[in-house]
Amino acid sequence: MTDVTMTVNGKPVTRSVRGNTLMTEFLREELRLTGTHVGCDTSQCGACVIHVNGADVKACTMFAAEAEGAEVTTIEGMANADGSLNVIQQAFQDHHGLQCGFCTPGMVMTAAALLRDNPRPTEHEIRDYLEGNICRCTGYHNIVKAIMAASGQDVSAIAAE
Amino acid sequence: MPKDHGIGASPKRREDVRFLTGAGQYTDDINVYGQTYVHFLRSDVAHGRINSVNTEVASAMPGVVRIFTGADFDGIGGLPCGWQVTDKHGEPMKEPAHPVLAQGKVRHVGDPIAAVVAESLEEARNAAEAIEVDIEELPAAVNMKAALAEGAPKVHDDLSDNLCYDWQFGSDQADVDAAFEKAAHVTTLELVNNRLVANPMEPRVALGDYSRANDESTLYTTSQNPHVIRLLMGAFVLGIPEHKLRVVAPDVGGGFGTKIFHYAEEAFCTFAARQINRPVKWTSTRSEAFMSDAHGRDHVTKIELALDAENNFIGLRTDTLANMGAYLSTFSSSVPTWLHGTLMAGNYKTPAIQVNVKAVFTNTVPVDAYRGAGRPEATFQLERLVDKAARELGVDPIALRRQNFITSFPYETPVAVAYDTGDYVATMDKLEEMIDRAGFDARRKESEAKGKLRGLGINCYIEACGIAPSNLVGQLGARAGLYDAATVRVNATGSISVMVGAHSHGQGHETAFPQVVAEMLGIDESMIDIVHGDSSKIPFGMGTYGSRSLAVCGSAMVRATEKIINKAKKIAGHLLEASEADIELKDGQFTVAGTDKSVAWGDVTLAAYVPHNYPLEDIEPGLEETAFYDPSNFTYPAGAYACEVELDPETGKVTIERFAAADDFGNVVNPMIVEGQVHGGLAQGIGQALLETCSYDEDGQLLSASYMDYAMPRADDVPFYAVDHSCATPCTHNPLGVKGCGEAGAIGSPPAVVNAVIDALHSGGHTQVTHIDMPVSPGRVWAAMHG
Ligand code: FES
Ligand code: FES
Repeated sequence: MTDVTMTVNGKPVTRSVRGNTLMTEFLREELRLTGTHVGCDTSQCGACVIHVNGADVKACTMFAAEAEGAEVTTIEGMANADGSLNVIQQAFQDHHGLQCGFCTPGMVMTAAALLRDNPRPTEHEIRDYLEGNICRCTGYHNIVKAIMAASGQDVSAIAAE
Repeated sequence: MPKDHGIGASPKRREDVRFLTGAGQYTDDINVYGQTYVHFLRSDVAHGRINSVNTEVASAMPGVVRIFTGADFDGIGGLPCGWQVTDKHGEPMKEPAHPVLAQGKVRHVGDPIAAVVAESLEEARNAAEAIEVDIEELPAAVNMKAALAEGAPKVHDDLSDNLCYDWQFGSDQADVDAAFEKAAHVTTLELVNNRLVANPMEPRVALGDYSRANDESTLYTTSQNPHVIRLLMGAFVLGIPEHKLRVVAPDVGGGFGTKIFHYAEEAFCTFAARQINRPVKWTSTRSEAFMSDAHGRDHVTKIELALDAENNFIGLRTDTLANMGAYLSTFSSSVPTWLHGTLMAGNYKTPAIQVNVKAVFTNTVPVDAYRGAGRPEATFQLERLVDKAARELGVDPIALRRQNFITSFPYETPVAVAYDTGDYVATMDKLEEMIDRAGFDARRKESEAKGKLRGLGINCYIEACGIAPSNLVGQLGARAGLYDAATVRVNATGSISVMVGAHSHGQGHETAFPQVVAEMLGIDESMIDIVHGDSSKIPFGMGTYGSRSLAVCGSAMVRATEKIINKAKKIAGHLLEASEADIELKDGQFTVAGTDKSVAWGDVTLAAYVPHNYPLEDIEPGLEETAFYDPSNFTYPAGAYACEVELDPETGKVTIERFAAADDFGNVVNPMIVEGQVHGGLAQGIGQALLETCSYDEDGQLLSASYMDYAMPRADDVPFYAVDHSCATPCTHNPLGVKGCGEAGAIGSPPAVVNAVIDALHSGGHTQVTHIDMPVSPGRVWAAMHG
């Protein structure tokens, strides 16, 4: 067991972990932040995406010990300070970009990373960036639309709500 | 002006807030004090005799609480099948035992042999590795034709062979024979409906808990229908009376059919928790899901269409082999029969139809309902066949369809169902407008200028949804009623909890159902909450599948709300000193007709619970009503779909350029949600057509056991879809006039994709290609072009 200290959603945390504890287990079991989901065991689905020092990372591919000293943000840390949905979350709700909600935390975290680097992505760039995130419910239509809307683009011409 | 509330409006989904902030409560997010973890040791061979399972060393390993094997389930029921199909000789289907943990033999890769319960998952896994299993590997039955051949390895030693049933259904033999004898043209097609894995993004989870104090078991599980699980597991497997068994399905991360069924892991966790008197939790890994979630489809079919000299369809005949896998999963037997054969008329007035289905046991994971269940298989065969016929006859595929459309309703098909309403001409007209068929030639030229081929594929579909009339399905072998139930509990201050038997795992019931009640009562939707997923809170309903939630459970909710209105009017009549018959309810106000005397909704509800001034001699206090609703017929959503593909002749790669869907769902409560359901179904259908396949090698090894080798559609595999549901013919027999929309996209889209690929190939001169099996991979396209 080793001690690991990091900042999660703005709060400092220290825990003692085994060397092989995955970041997903650490967040879900140790910190009880269950918004980070596990949808696969081969790093393919993206349900577990979080931000580590500002970069989008699949939490299932990282050991908790590797986050020593890091700034970690999970879906639980994404809402505005007053608890209201942030721009991306609000766009997902406005444009019905989620159904069962299981892929959603990963989608929101991935979208946030995309928009930070590319504030007005094209449809093609969005679909490309979501390469590592699987959604089985929405057929992606409304996810892509929500991300375009969140970046301030007019989506009214895109077929049906 | 679109409505902003009530039926027909698209309020934002209220459930989204918790999902978008990470506050959803999925089964794996639940932990119970003192919980243990179970790891299943699963067979890595497809077929084998278990000589011994030695757990001695493993049992002594750190953290191990107890190890269970098949012997622990001696004398305990196996997993039941919920539908008994009768074969063409009047004999019941063969129904082999399905023990919770394997006994005597393992019959598919993934069959659980032993279960290690330990203090931690890691300890459970480590101990599982120390279990000594002696399995004598046996030859496996994998391919269905081979499994039916003389001398094939038998999946179940106590059965005479691997045939589960040989089923025949439809018109009289003489009528079918006569149609083919007098046909001017017969089109024949042999095809495969590829085996799929439903793959909801949330893997299955089961958490069993037991309270010795009151002898009560609780199972938290990823289910689409908690009451079905309670009934099957309590009554048939573990012998726990229902009042001592609670089943909770909290937030569930997608189902698509595969979370309907009662699974061994659910029974195990419930059983083991009672044995060790501690909670037992199982969380499936994705690899485990591939070898333990019921698979879907897997039909091999020969289909023939007889046409007269005027191109009228006069006869249809099909021969299908349907894979059951190694055991009969909960609704497996009904899928290739009653959910498939009854749809073979499609949208056409073919007078003579015969459907033949042989269901086959193989050493593979059990196969059961997956989004559409039987109806995609029917649609794919028929709509590929009609397209092929049009090509052979040199006629326009849309015109050939239009010519044979059923145009008057109600319509009794030769395959036992009666379509109540529909307008296939209208959806086809709408589709032609949506796809801009007139502009297709120009788009094809553009593609050709880039060295690509372009194809347009269209098809129709019809489905039987709103499952199902209990007396009818009972005659057909269902061992359950298929009604649903709702309780409307009005609280003293006028807010309402509606407890429903339907389960929402992405469908947005928490938003859409209140729209209906709010519209009926004229009160604000925010005053109404939906409660679902917990057998201790909801009435006995049958859950969510078969596009049934609104059509069946929604109807129960309407009936219960009507009872509420009736009683509330009595109370209002008393308060207003008027006859109940003169009371009108509008916008949440009860008014004496023709006067300005009124009381508000809240006055009436308060009076019901504080009955100081109340007609206690006539009516009981309180305001809570339950209704059960059993539909009198199926509903019949139908529509027309179009797909435009571009095909790269250099590589065989197909891309979807445009997709349009014109659906008739009857009335629509929340258009935003309905369109989302169609989008999701389309992606799954496109996935089946282009990407997905679950494959076994000849020894029964599962080759696609992770997302590395099972290709799920990703964002860049699909386009924006054009969807429309304006051509609505309301269902005639349920109070909302709704038909259901959950499965349409997955049912209607695969043939459109394949038809488009064939069209593209023909435009490039590859006219020898009449069919390509799904998934239409670049390799298959290339081989067809050069074959
Ligand atoms: S859990 Fe699937 S990518 Fe991390
Ligand atoms: S919303 Fe269910 S997987 Fe994306």
